Parts: sequence; C-alpha cells; structure tokens
Amino acid sequence: MSLVPGVIKGLAVTLGEARKTVFPDGLRKPPAPSKGAVTVQYPRQKEDPTPRARGVIALHEENCTACMLCARECPDWCIYIEAHKYLAPPRREGGKPRQRNELDRFDIDFSLCMFCGICVEVCPFEALFWSPEFEYSEPRIADLLHDKGRLADWMTTVPDFEPYEAGAEVKVKKVPR
Amino acid sequence: MTAVTERQQLAYIANQAADMRVNVELETEGMTLNIGPQHPATHGTLRIIVKLDGEQVVAADPVPGYMHRGYEKLAEVRTYPQVTTLVNRIDWLGSFANEVPFILAAERLMEVEAPPRAQWIRTILFELSRIGNIALFLGDMAVQLGAVTPVFYAFRDREYVLNQIEAITGGRFHPNFDRIGGLKDDIPKGWVAETKGVLTKMRAFCDELDELLVGNEIFTARTRGVGVIPPEVGLSYGLSGANLRASGIDWDHRRDSPCGLVYDKLDWKVWTHPDGDSFARYWVRLQETREAILMLEQLLDGIPSGPIMAKVPRIIKVPAGEAYVATENPLGEMGYYVVSKGDLVPFRVKIRSASFNNISIVPWVLRGVYVPDVITILASLYFILGDIDR
Amino acid sequence: MITQLAVELAYWQQSILRSVGVIAAVLLPAGTIVYLFLFKMMSFMQSRLGPNEAGPYGSMQLLAEVGKFLQKEDLIPDGADRRVFTWAPIVVVASTFVTYVVVPFGPDAWFAQIPTGIYFALAVSSLSVIGVLMAGWSSANKYSLMGGLRAAGQLIAYELPLVLAALGVVIQAGTMDMQGIVAAQRTGEIFGFGGIGNPFILTQFVGFMIFLIAMQAELTQPPFDMPVAESELVAGYMTEYSGFRFLLFFIGEYATAGAFSAIAATLFLGGWALPGLDLDNNLMNVLGPVVLLVKILLIMFLVMWFRVTYPRFREDQLQIFAWKYLIPLSLVNITATAVLKVVF
Repeated sequence: MSLVPGVIKGLAVTLGEARKTVFPDGLRKPPAPSKGAVTVQYPRQKEDPTPRARGVIALHEENCTACMLCARECPDWCIYIEAHKYLAPPRREGGKPRQRNELDRFDIDFSLCMFCGICVEVCPFEALFWSPEFEYSEPRIADLLHDKGRLADWMTTVPDFEPYEAGAEVKVKKVPR
Repeated sequence: MTAVTERQQLAYIANQAADMRVNVELETEGMTLNIGPQHPATHGTLRIIVKLDGEQVVAADPVPGYMHRGYEKLAEVRTYPQVTTLVNRIDWLGSFANEVPFILAAERLMEVEAPPRAQWIRTILFELSRIGNIALFLGDMAVQLGAVTPVFYAFRDREYVLNQIEAITGGRFHPNFDRIGGLKDDIPKGWVAETKGVLTKMRAFCDELDELLVGNEIFTARTRGVGVIPPEVGLSYGLSGANLRASGIDWDHRRDSPCGLVYDKLDWKVWTHPDGDSFARYWVRLQETREAILMLEQLLDGIPSGPIMAKVPRIIKVPAGEAYVATENPLGEMGYYVVSKGDLVPFRVKIRSASFNNISIVPWVLRGVYVPDVITILASLYFILGDIDR
Repeated sequence: MITQLAVELAYWQQSILRSVGVIAAVLLPAGTIVYLFLFKMMSFMQSRLGPNEAGPYGSMQLLAEVGKFLQKEDLIPDGADRRVFTWAPIVVVASTFVTYVVVPFGPDAWFAQIPTGIYFALAVSSLSVIGVLMAGWSSANKYSLMGGLRAAGQLIAYELPLVLAALGVVIQAGTMDMQGIVAAQRTGEIFGFGGIGNPFILTQFVGFMIFLIAMQAELTQPPFDMPVAESELVAGYMTEYSGFRFLLFFIGEYATAGAFSAIAATLFLGGWALPGLDLDNNLMNVLGPVVLLVKILLIMFLVMWFRVTYPRFREDQLQIFAWKYLIPLSLVNITATAVLKVVF
C-alpha cells in the first residue's frame, strides 16, 4: 500500500475547503466563517427562493367564477368551494340581468395540499397564483386551512411573471393587482 | 445449608442462569442478522435478512414493501396531469426523470410530438436531475464507507442544481413540469447563464471527489474486488443502468432509443468498466456525472426557439391503446406500460422501476461475503426505496 | 510546585490538591477549548459552521451536552453483569487521567516526576483495553461482545507501533524521564545551530508519523473506527450505555485524545518549552501549560484532519497495516536512530 500521493491529496482537499470556509475573501482579510460556510442561519438569515417557487397559493377573487375546475382537478381534493348565483344588474339600460356566481367559501387546506400546481394551471380565468412565501406554519393543523380572506391577502406577495429567455414564443402573463 | 443464606442461594442460581443464557447466545452458527428496516445504511426502509456463519454471509434475503404506496392502483383513478404529479415521488432524488417516460408513453398513444424546444428543455432537465441524483450517490457511498466529508460537499453542490430546477419549475424536489405535448412553461430569463455557472461548480465537485476518494488508497482497498458481478449474471437478474455498465456491458437507452429526447444530436460517450466490482460502479457513475455536465453544456448552447407546447386539447382524453416507453433514468432503466381505454384516466399503468430489479441480485452477490463488505456492496448498487416499493 | 508555596501542607492535603489539579487540568481545557476547536475545525472542513448557539461561538456546547446526558435515564440491561458493567467506563476514564500525571506542564509544574515517565504513560494508557473488553462482555449483547473484541484486537495491535515509535525518541534523548526529554529538546542543537533547540519531530519524523497513525488507531478514530462505526451493521461495545455512563466514555474519548496529544507534544514538539523563551521558573510555570496547550491543539488538529478526510479500513486491512507495515517500519526507525546516535 504506497500511501503517498492519494491520501495526501485528500488531505489537501479538506484543508482547502476549510480555508475557503474560514477565509472566503482570501488569506489577507480577517476570517469570516459565517460568510464562507454555506449554512443559512435561519431565522436570523433568510433564504431567497426564486420567483416561481411554489410556496403558497393566492386567490384573486374578482376573477373567480366558481367553475369548480380547480376543486375537481386537485389530486388531494383539498379545495373547498361554495358559491351561490345572483342576478347582477344589466350592463346597459334595458338589457337582461346577468347571472353571476358569488363565492361564499373558498378554502384551501394546506395540510393536504401537494403543492403540485394543477389548480393554478387549470384555472381558465387566472384567479389563482403562486407566491414564494413559505413561512406560514401554525401550531395547530386546523389553522392550515386558509380561507378566502387569507388567500386574498397572499396576493400582495405574488411576484410579477418573469420575462422569458430568448427564443421563447410564449407571452408573459400579467398578475392582476 | 447453614453457611449459605437463602439470598446467596438465589443469587447463585441467578448467576448460573445468566451464564447459560450468554453461552447459548454465543453460539455463532447460523446467526440471523436483520439489517433494517430502520437503518442508516439503506436508503429508506429496506429490510435484508442475512444469515451469518461466523463472519461470512450464508444467505441474504431482501424484504421490500415497507414503503409501498400503491402507485399503480392510484394511477387508475387519476387523470394524466395528476399521475404526473404522483410519479415525481417514485425516485425522489432525480424526480423529473420519473415523469419523462410516462409522458412519452402518453404522447405515443396520442400520436402527438412535442416541439423541438420542448424536447431540448426536457433533455436539459433530465440531465440536470441525473446530476442531482448521482451527486448524492457519490457522497452517500462515501459515508457508508466512513468518510464523513464528501457527503457534505455532495449536498452542498446538489443545492445549486436544485435551485436551478426551482428557478424553472417552481419545485426543488417535485418539479411536476412535463405535460403531454410539451412542458408547462418556458425558461425564465438568465437561466441559461446561471446554469452554466452551476455546471462549473459541479465540475469542481467531481474533481474534488476524484482526489478525495477515487485516488484514495483506503477507498480503493475497500472497494476493489468487492461484490463482483459478472456480465451474464447481471443481465440475467435484470440489472440496468450504471450497475450493468460497470460490468462491461454497453447498454444505454439514451443512445439506443432516444425517442422524444435529443440525445442523437449531441456528442457524448457511454462509460463502461470491465471489472464489475464496487469500485467500478462508483467510477462509472462519477464519469457519467462528468459526461452529463458535458452534455448539458452542448444542450444549453443549442436551445432552438419555438413553441413550448404542441396543440393539444384542454381536456386530454388519450385514445385507446397501449404503449411501453423505457428511458435511461439515473438509477437505471425505468419504463411505463400505459394501457388506455380512451378515458381521462389511464386504465392501467405498470411501472418498471430500476431499483426493484437492481436489488434482485442481492441474494446472489452477498453469498460468501464478509460482514463489513455487505454495506459496501449495498451502497454501490444504489437503490432508492421509493423506486423499489413505489 | 507544592514546595514553592509558603504554607506547609500535610501529605493528604497535597494529594487532594493534586487530584483536583489533575481533574481541572484535564477537564477544563479538554472540555472547552479543545472540544470547541476540534468541532469547529471539523465543521469548517465540511463547509458548515459547527456549534454556535450554546454560548459565544459555541463554547458552552460541551456543558450543554453534559447537562443533556445527566438527565437521561440510567439503564442497565437485564442480563448484564452489574458490577463489571458499572466499572467499565470508570476503568477507561481512570486510565486516561493517570496518563496525564507524568506529563510535565512547566519546569516545576508537574504532578509526579517518574524516572521512567514515558514507559509509565504508555503502560497505563493501555489499561483502557481492559475497560473496553469489560464493556463489551458485560453488556449481555452478542453484538457488543463482537464489537468489544474487535476493538480490543485493534487497540492491542496498534500499541506496538506506538511504543516502538516512542522508543526512537527515548534513544535520541537518552532518558525515559519526560522532563528530561523536554530538556533534551530545549537545550539540544541541530548540527551546531541552537536557535530552535532540537525538536525531535525533525530528526524523528518517521517516528512521529508512526506515532500519529498509531494514536489515531488507539483513539478508534477514522480511518480506524471499525469498532465504533460497526454500528452501521452491528452495535459497538458502547451500545448498552446511556446517560452518565455514556458520558464517561464520551469524555474518555476526548480526554484520551488530549492525553496522547500531550505525550506526542512532549516527545516530538518540545513539551512546555519554547526555544528562546528562557524566563525564570515562576513565569514559565504559568506560561508552560499555555504553550503545551497550543501544541496539543496542533496535534489534535492533525488527528481531526485525518478523521474527516479518510474512509475507514476494514478490520483485516487494519491488522495487516499494523503488523506488516507499521511495526517493521518502526523497527527500522529504531535501528537507524541507534546507529545515527552513535555516529553523530
């Protein structure tokens, strides 16, 4: 077993990593292990997820017509929708009154949600959006059922859609504010 | 009976009984050892019942099923996008790779082909998930052998790959991005440049591991000649992926049947190793990671412009028929046999997962092996429990 | 040291002072500085931060762990041999503390000056093998027994290179007294140049490497940790221990590392002496332990560096390495030292 270079090279690798962690700016600057280590010291430091990260679902209520597509397509059946019909006044004078749906209840149970995104994708009226917020853990599981108001609150955290890379033919969608 | 009190008598009898118990336990013939289901050495809940004769293994029997989640039954009552979501969770480390053969099978039934841009980006994500998966293996086998640092480097560098997958799909582990006819969304601006930066880091990681482990004499002494699988035996047990290539067999679905993915437009090679031992399996996977990095560089430079999704109806009803598509997943060959009766949901989905066949060789390869080598061999075969049990 | 004090103490008072002193000398530096240094170094090599919550920069981590272990339930398995079970960790820890007795901390700061100091230290440190065997046997667990036997085999195999490497130093220094070895390095010269004394690491480099490797195996650290990492497959000899008894093994491990590092620092690096630092004795008695501590940290860093980098040997490879490579090499080292000592 000739121990010379393989084992010594291994030592050089670990020592090099230690140097990169303790002196991330080079050996002339003072040591800064908090900066050199890859640890993100949560909760003092926070990670920055990408804009498309699937953190929580936000609801834009004006667009929702209670078509029930999201509730149907959800693999876990975690969306609860209740709505009633009402007659809205006609758009012009002398027209017919329009039949509209009004949401009574739109709950998403995040304790069941798989975060797959099918509901956001199938919504034909663009009422659901992804937000990268992830710090909404609760001490009680029942509190993980977000109701209509809370889901609407998440809309403020929804980032705008990013522009696409060169060569894409898809149009960038707009987030209704 | 006068000098010995009753208490002393009872103590004497208890001592005799304890001696007898220890003597019986010391009998080392045919000792049965239970590895798992809770065990740091198996990637999840796999139970292997091993019969020992002193230090050597006489018989080994893997008992899978502790993680069975019923995917094939679930798939019978879920629509195609919902099945895509579920299927991410089979091989959870390289999760985009699970969606690809399923979507390809459904596309074959629907007779629709994804546009070139979608095929390229699919291949990019496929190779990225391969890098993420194998990087973890490279660190994980080291920790089974006792080297505690490479696994930290593996997790640290894998984070960069996961961040890139998150930037494009929204999910680090479960992308749920492949759709029948293309992909869900296009790539955001700046992604290509960022990914090229990540590739530089992954290349440095591979070089680091080369110096830290592959060149290390202790590692070589632990893995060379351990768990040799001859090529015919590997083929007969249905091994696939790097396990087979490490025994010298030139078998790669990416080159031989690249349907739906763009491997025929790239310049790359398949790595094999003639030995078939644990070192060969590690070495082949390390070279595959490097090859994947090379492939990704070519892929990132040549993304064609165009639509990301073919013209498919909103509500997808796949016409009746059956199709089987197998691709070269990071763990091996993964195939989906999809039978459709023209519904919204598939009629039957049979999942041919790589790890299930890979561990079928465990009884054969563990015969006559010494106890410390059992861990080395299991680590080098690289199975993931989600893949075995589905 | 005791004779410097103005008041005359009776022998029993001196003994109490000495025992408190040795416990303080072992536990305090081992507990805070060495432990923290080691864990932080290991963590930096793994690109992470290490303990940083308990106390400033994680210095109270060992105290936190001690508190954690103390509040755990004390279990003794049903079929275990109670007396042997309880005495095993005590034997291991006691052998470590006794090793510290012969290490000189300053020109007058020593616990016991024994003319055959190094011989005593190596002999006493091998008592821990008995402790390991006791732990493995009394646990009434066949896996613990197997682990204990393997550990004992490894420890015995690596005792020989340890002793033979130290023998090279003894030949060169001409004395077995630890204080004498320090003096030989402090006042020695290398080919007439007396600036840095004559630290034996330069002339006995092969011996130093052998001592370091054998030390790594004596401490059952990777790459020689098959007995304790056997817990992947089969439990080691420490399995059935919980709470305070496990704490004794745990402290024993780090205290033993400190003891061996202290011996290595004294044998090869010059002990408490710094070349060119020739202050009067009272000041050296205070500075000496600090200098020795720095040297101990240096050697412990080497041990941890090896620990973090290498995978582990298999048991038979471990034994082959000791018997077929280290022992012949150390014998060659002794012969060469003896020849060169006569020639020069």
